[in-house]
Amino acid sequence: MPHCKYLIIGSSHAALEAVSAIRMQDTEGSLTMITRDSHLPYSPTVLPYVVSGRSKADNVALRDQSYFEQHAVEFVTNRSLSSIEPDCNTAVLDNGDRWQYEKLLLATGASPIIPPIPGLDKVKHLVLRTLEDAVALRDASQKAKKAIVLGAGLVGMHGAENLAEAGLEVTIIEMQTQVLPGYFDPQAAQMIQSAFDQHGINMKMGHKAVSISPQSSDQQNTGCRVELDSGETLDADLLLVSTGVRPIFDYCSGSHLQTDQGILVDNHMSTNQKNIWAAGDVAQAKDFYSDTKVTTGILPDAVEQGRIAGMAMSDDPSLKNYSGGVPINTYTFYGQQAISVGTSDSSSGPLNGEPTDKLEIELTVDSDKGYFQKIIFKDNRLQGISGINAALDPGIMWQLILRRIDLGAVKKEFVAQPLETGRRLMSGTWR
Amino acid sequence: MGIGYNTITFNQDKCDGCGDCMLACAQAKAGSDDIVHSRIQILTTDQPSGDPQASDSGAIELAMCRQCGDPKCVSNCPAAALTKNATTGTIDWHADKCVNCLLCTVGCAFGGITYNAEIGHVTKCDSCDGNPACVKVCPKGALEYNTSGSIYNRISDKDDLFVPGLSACQGCNSELLIRHTLRNVGTNVVVATPPGCIPGMGTVGYNGKTGTKVPVFHPLLTNTASMLAGIKKQYNRVGRDVTMLALAGDGGVGDVGFQSLSGAAERNEQQLFMCVDNEGYMNTGMQSSGSTPAGSWTSTTPVGKEMQGKRTDAKNMAKIMMMHNCEYVATASLAFMDDYYEKLDKAIAASKHGFAYLHVYAPCPTGWRFPAADTIEVCRKQVESNFVTLWDFTPEQGLRFTRSTDNPIKMAEYLKQIGKYRHLSEAQVEHLQRRVNDQVRSLKAFEQLTEVS
Ligand SMILES: Cc1cc2nc3c(=O)[nH]c(=O)nc-3n(C[C@H](O)[C@H](O)[C@H](O)COP(=O)(O)OP(=O)(O)OC[C@H]3O[C@@H](n4cnc5c(N)ncnc54)[C@H](O)[C@@H]3O)c2cc1C
Repeated sequence: MPHCKYLIIGSSHAALEAVSAIRMQDTEGSLTMITRDSHLPYSPTVLPYVVSGRSKADNVALRDQSYFEQHAVEFVTNRSLSSIEPDCNTAVLDNGDRWQYEKLLLATGASPIIPPIPGLDKVKHLVLRTLEDAVALRDASQKAKKAIVLGAGLVGMHGAENLAEAGLEVTIIEMQTQVLPGYFDPQAAQMIQSAFDQHGINMKMGHKAVSISPQSSDQQNTGCRVELDSGETLDADLLLVSTGVRPIFDYCSGSHLQTDQGILVDNHMSTNQKNIWAAGDVAQAKDFYSDTKVTTGILPDAVEQGRIAGMAMSDDPSLKNYSGGVPINTYTFYGQQAISVGTSDSSSGPLNGEPTDKLEIELTVDSDKGYFQKIIFKDNRLQGISGINAALDPGIMWQLILRRIDLGAVKKEFVAQPLETGRRLMSGTWR
Repeated sequence: MGIGYNTITFNQDKCDGCGDCMLACAQAKAGSDDIVHSRIQILTTDQPSGDPQASDSGAIELAMCRQCGDPKCVSNCPAAALTKNATTGTIDWHADKCVNCLLCTVGCAFGGITYNAEIGHVTKCDSCDGNPACVKVCPKGALEYNTSGSIYNRISDKDDLFVPGLSACQGCNSELLIRHTLRNVGTNVVVATPPGCIPGMGTVGYNGKTGTKVPVFHPLLTNTASMLAGIKKQYNRVGRDVTMLALAGDGGVGDVGFQSLSGAAERNEQQLFMCVDNEGYMNTGMQSSGSTPAGSWTSTTPVGKEMQGKRTDAKNMAKIMMMHNCEYVATASLAFMDDYYEKLDKAIAASKHGFAYLHVYAPCPTGWRFPAADTIEVCRKQVESNFVTLWDFTPEQGLRFTRSTDNPIKMAEYLKQIGKYRHLSEAQVEHLQRRVNDQVRSLKAFEQLTEVS
C-alpha cells in the first residue's frame, strides 16, 4: 500500500500554499499531491484570460516539474479521491488504490452548479472551471454567433465580456436584480452593468430561465432556446452556465467527516476527524463578521487557509488562528477597476439589522467619470470599502478590517484619501 | 542553508519628507517627473494628531515593496506573473504573463505592489538591479542599501571555528565579533587570547580541551605580541604560511600589553592584532582602563560624593597605532558589518607582510549597564554620534574615513541608552562633546594630509 506523511488532494491555490508551508517546516517528510486534473497546477482564476487569448493555455502553470523535484513532492495527476477511511488513515482513489497517510489535506475546491432548469440536461452547455473548459469555451466562441450566459457572478461577467469581445451577440440572464451581488451594492452594480449595456450586451436582470430546449431547426443539437419567466424566448448557439459553484466533497460520504455547504473546519483548518484538514473553496470556516461558518470561494482565502493548514500539519510553532473570511473582490471589466473589500451593503449580509446609529456610510459618486467609492464604518472601525476606478490598496484595507483599527481620529482624511491614509496607517501600525 | 539578500532600509527619524527619492524613482522607472510613477511612496500628513500613541501620529511613513521572503503577492497571482528571484531576492513581475486581475494587491499589506491607472498595470520596486536610484539621491541618509545579506551568503557555508557553548554574557558583542572573525580568517591560524573576557568566556577551554577548533593559547597580558612574533618566525623558518591572530581586550592592548605591542608594531611583525574595546576590565569586575571615557562609572571610578565617574579621558589607541606607521590600521563597529568585513579582509592580507591592527568598538551590556537586546543599537549610536569614528590607514594611502562624520546625531542620544553615564552632569556631557569634537578635528587633519599627498 502506498504510504506518505503528507497527502494533499488537489493541486490549486490551497494545495500549493499548504505544500510550501509544510516544506518550510519539514523539508524531508514524504509528500504526495494528487489531483484529478491532467496538467501542471494552474488557477481557475486565470481561465477567463485563456478564453480571451490573453494567456496561453500552456503558459499558465503555477509550478513547473522542477519545483516538485526540488521540494521532494510526488505529483500524481489524473487520479481522484473517491472515499476516506479516517479510522485507518486511508484515502481511496478512483482506480482502487489505497493510500495510507499520516496527515491528509482536502483541497478539492469547487465545481460549477448546474441549476435544475428543465431541459438543460438535453442541450449542449459549457461551464468554466478547468483548463479543458476554457479551451472548449474558446473554441466554441470562435464558431458561435449568439451566446447566452446564465448568471451574472464573476465567472458569468468575465465570460460574457470575453464572448462579446470575440464578436458574439451576448445575453446575460440573472435571477437577481443586480450583477455581482455580495461584492457591490446595487448602485455600484448598476455602474458596472451600464458598461456592459454600452458594449451591447443584453442584460436580462431579475429574470429566471424556466425551460431550455434544443433549437428545433438545428440538427447537430448545438443550439438551444431559453424561455424566461416573462414568457420571452431567446435563441443561442452557445450556452454558458455560471450560476455559482459548490464545494466538491462527495468523497466524504461514509467517512463521518462533518459537512454542511462545505467541509466544516476549525480555526486551524482541521476537520472533526483526526489527521484530516480541509482548506480553500471546499472548506466551510469561520466568518469574520459573525459566528457562523461560511464558504467564501475566493482565491485570497484559499491561499490564507492553505497556509494555515500547512502550518498546522507540519506543527509550525508560529501557527496562528484563521482570522475569518472577508469577502474580497478585484474585478477588471472593459479596462476599468472595481475593488471591494469587506461588506459592501449594509442592507444585506452581516450588517443587516445593525442599529443604523452605529453605522456610518460615506459615499462619493461621480457618474460622469465612472467613479464610485463607498466606505462603511461601525464604531469608527472599517467594515468594508468598495470602489470603481478609485485607487486603494486592497491588502491594506483588508488588514485595517481584520485588525479592527480605530479610525476615529483620521476618518475625514481616510474618506478623502483612502489610498494615502491607508498607507500611512499601515506604515505606522504594522510596518 | 538559506540565502541572504540585500535590501533597501528606511530610517524614519532621518527622513524630512523632501520626496527626492520619489522623483528619482519616477525618473528611473518611467522617465517622468510625476511621482505617481514612483514605486517608493513617502507619506506625510497635514493633520497630525500629535499623539504618539494614536494610530496616526503624524510621523513620516513609507510604503514600498518589502521583497518578502514568503511573498503573498506571488501566492495570490493566478497567472504565475510574479516570482521570487532566488538570486537577487527581488520579486520579479512578468509583463507577458500578467492578466491585470489585481489579486496581488490583495495579498500585499504594505502598499508595495499597486495598480498604476496611467499605464494600466501594477508596478513594484525592483531594487534597480542592486543599485537603487532612491537611495543614491537621499540627502539625509534616511534610505540605505543594506548589503549585509551578501555577508551572510559569504559566511553561511564557512565553519564557525569556536565551540557552540561559550559562556559570554547575554548580548555580548565580543562573542559575535570573534565568531565572525575566525570564520573568515579560517583554519590556517594560531590564535592568542590574553587575559580578558575572550578567554574568560571559554575560548581557551576547560579541562585540557580548547574552546576553538584551531590552535589557541593564553599568553600573559604583557607578552601577547612578542609570543605571536616568535611563533610566526618559527613557521616562516619551516616554510609554512600561518596567520597570527591576537584577540585582546583594551587592557591587554593599551595598558599592560602596550610595550610588547608597540615593539612588535615597530618591528613590523607579521600578525593581525585585534583590540576588542569594551572600555574597561569587564572580565574581572568592571575596573577602569586607559580606554574608559571620562565620566564613566566603573568599579574603580565610582559615583558618589568625591567622584563622578572617571576623571580622565580615554586614549585613542587606534590613532596611537597609526602613528606607528603599521602596514594597516582600522577602526570598526559591528553595527556596520559591511565596513568591518572589508577591513578584516584588508587586515588579513596586510598581516602577510607586516603588522595589522584592528580596533573594534565593543559595547558591553553587563559592564556598561544597558539591556542585552540593545547591543547593536548602542554600537550604531556610538558611531552615529561620532563618539567613535570609522576609518582606516595604510602608509601609502594615509587616513581615510569609511563613514562620514558629518551630521552626527546628538551625543545625548547615545549616552542616554547607557547606565554607566546615567549620572552625568551637563558639564560632563559638554566635556565629552568637546573631546569628541577634538578627536574628529584631529583625525580630519590627518585625512587632509592624505588628500594633499
Ligand atoms: C473563471 C473563474 C474566475 C475567478 N476569478 C476570481 C477572482 O477574480 N478572484 C478570486 O478571488 N477568485 C476567483 N475565482 C475563484 C478562485 O479561482 C478559487 O477561489 C480558487 O481557485 C480556490 O482554490 P482551491 O485550491 O480551494 O480550489 P480549486 O482551485 O478549485 O482547485 C481544486 C483542485 O482539486 C482538484 N480536485 C477536485 N476534486 C478532486 C478529487 N476528488 N480528487 C482529486 N483532485 C480533485 C482539482 O483538480 C483542482 O486541482 C475564480 C474562479 C473561476 C472559475
